[in-house]
Amino acid sequence: MDLLNAIVALANFVIVPAIAYGSQLALGALGITLVYGILRFSNFAHGDTMAFGTMVTILATWWFQSLGISLGVLPTALLALPFGIVATVALLLGTDRVVYRFYRRQKAAPVIFVMVSLGVMFIMNGLVRFVIGPDDQRFADGARFIVSAREFKAMTGLREGLAIKTSAGITVITAIIVVALLFWFLNHTRTGKSMRAFSDNEDLALLSGINPERVVLYTWMIVGALATIAGVLYGLDKSFKPFTYFQLLLPMFASAIVGGLGSPVGAIAGGFVIAFSEVTVTYAWKKVLRYLLPENLEPDGLVQLMSTDYKFAVSFAILIIVLLFRPTGLFRGKAV
Amino acid sequence: MKRLLMATAATALAAGAASAGSHSNEIKLGIILGFTGPIESLTPQMAAGAELAMKEVSDSGALLGGATVTPVRADSTCIDAGAATAAAERLITGDGVKGIVGADCSGVTGAILSNVAVPNGVVMISPSATSPALSTAEDNGLFFRTAPSDARQGVVMAEILLEQGIDEVAVTYTNNDYGKGLADSFQAAFEERGGKVTINAAHEDGKADYSAEVGALAAAGGQRLVVAGYVDQGGSGIVRAALDSGAFDSFHFPDGMISAALEENFGTEIDGSTGQHPGTDSEGAAKFTEIVGGAFDASSPFTPESYDAAALIMLAMQAAGSSDPAAYKGKVMEVANAPGEPILPGELAKALKLLAEGKDIDYVGATAVELIGPGESAGNYRQIVIEGGKVTTVKYR
Repeated sequence: MDLLNAIVALANFVIVPAIAYGSQLALGALGITLVYGILRFSNFAHGDTMAFGTMVTILATWWFQSLGISLGVLPTALLALPFGIVATVALLLGTDRVVYRFYRRQKAAPVIFVMVSLGVMFIMNGLVRFVIGPDDQRFADGARFIVSAREFKAMTGLREGLAIKTSAGITVITAIIVVALLFWFLNHTRTGKSMRAFSDNEDLALLSGINPERVVLYTWMIVGALATIAGVLYGLDKSFKPFTYFQLLLPMFASAIVGGLGSPVGAIAGGFVIAFSEVTVTYAWKKVLRYLLPENLEPDGLVQLMSTDYKFAVSFAILIIVLLFRPTGLFRGKAV
Repeated sequence: MKRLLMATAATALAAGAASAGSHSNEIKLGIILGFTGPIESLTPQMAAGAELAMKEVSDSGALLGGATVTPVRADSTCIDAGAATAAAERLITGDGVKGIVGADCSGVTGAILSNVAVPNGVVMISPSATSPALSTAEDNGLFFRTAPSDARQGVVMAEILLEQGIDEVAVTYTNNDYGKGLADSFQAAFEERGGKVTINAAHEDGKADYSAEVGALAAAGGQRLVVAGYVDQGGSGIVRAALDSGAFDSFHFPDGMISAALEENFGTEIDGSTGQHPGTDSEGAAKFTEIVGGAFDASSPFTPESYDAAALIMLAMQAAGSSDPAAYKGKVMEVANAPGEPILPGELAKALKLLAEGKDIDYVGATAVELIGPGESAGNYRQIVIEGGKVTTVKYR
């Protein structure tokens, strides 16, 4: 019984939140890694692209809610998601046409692209705040829980409760579907293959007749969809505030780099590595150990490695360690 | 004219009745507030409040056998300790004041107290200095305040929780001076009374996700979670995450958390949670507004406290039978607290008469004054409980 209680406590406070957060980071990091692999620059505007997509989705959600349309137990935002994706893709393609294409034709150095994306980031930043404001927005509806802590306790008779939020469940399921679709697309379609070829060796790809503008077009479309989905899932699970999306940039880049920039599998693995380490390093183990250890060994302190204030420092530290010892990342991406 | 005649007659009568009248018939009191500086918009009303009490006493002619009280204003600047000290020095040595209403801001109040009031042995009653540091300042029994110390809420919070039989709580606070000060004063008060704080951890405002913070709080455990934060900021995020993960289902909220937004965000989910914030329902406040009439804004911050500060000085003089600070400083606590006849604003004449007859009074005043510890207001708090998703009053304390 004690063992079960320990497992449930751990699942409730570490495993479930980390899996949900990890999925959100993985989807965000996938977008970053695709831009890096195919368009060859670090896109600092990614966090704010997510914020933009989420904003459009929220506006569409409110519109649906005012019309009385809902998905029952599922959040209405899922219905509004396609609107967000279309708007975000349009925004990204517009940005590419107006800004990035000019530098691509100049064959500008990657560092110039990075600076340009920084400028784009500030513009998107302002755009989102201008439309929806800098405050918290609530747009989640439908059932809040798949299993609530109270129900779980009543069901199992355990002392510890396990809560699984609907948003966490949706996050994981959506992430699995999206990743499966993405890999099928990259590995089995003509366009996907041409994208991979372009990523591996640009010159050879051009020689074999691949149209680079087409590859760029598809890349932005996929990135727009990924960013919007990641942003909406994060917003549903936590809350939407433009500033927190900007802050997400750090853990997302850390995920992409830890996994290996340019490697989609790496981005996913990296997302989970960062999420789990952020949560476990700052977790206080007292409760779990109290169930597991014999009475006389019970800890007095909190058994917390680091205060939760240092959460962001954890992703920084992992980033630095990986860059020092394995600059190409866990899955052999491109060197940074 | 008629009033002046009446007052003169009363004065003459009282003077005649006084035994071996060696009292001077004019007592000067200093009012040292920041008439220039950051709180210059509040101080005119505060000074007017103090002067109203002085006028009431002068008009009554009952103080020390018919003495009149004359206010002398000086500028504390609120921020410049040097200027404030010089102004206070002038009040005492130049004008010969027998007591000081002030100062206003905590910093200059401390400076005047240690540099001027204590060396010269003059009583100071501040209507608005709230820093906990002033509770332990060296004052030779000369310093009082009619505003509560910021540390007081921590004590009140500890008492409320222990009264409900809750002796083990987790505490989380917003990472700034307000949050940390409140959490620390609460922890000290709670542990002193036999309670146990399992964890006292900070949270940052403006984050989207507080599950890691709540994980640590849940691991430490406790019967309730004390959230010393802001309802529009991280405080609500913490409560949300704690409810979602089932870590805590009842909470205790200090003033920063209690607002309409709390009901709106959580409704019945936090039923049974408790809290407190400054507030009073005393009839003194209403009475004060009434006697002020439209002369100035009676509800301006610290204005009723200023009236009470001036009234306390004069009542203590009457109780001691002398305007000498060394004699009346010991009477301030006596007239402010029970037992005795309760005194509301506008009843100062009655109070002076009772004291002259040797009876005891309990000055309630405009802010339900109750001086505790080293002579500071206990403050008044509204204790609340969440019932049916609504913030409801349990009682005032």
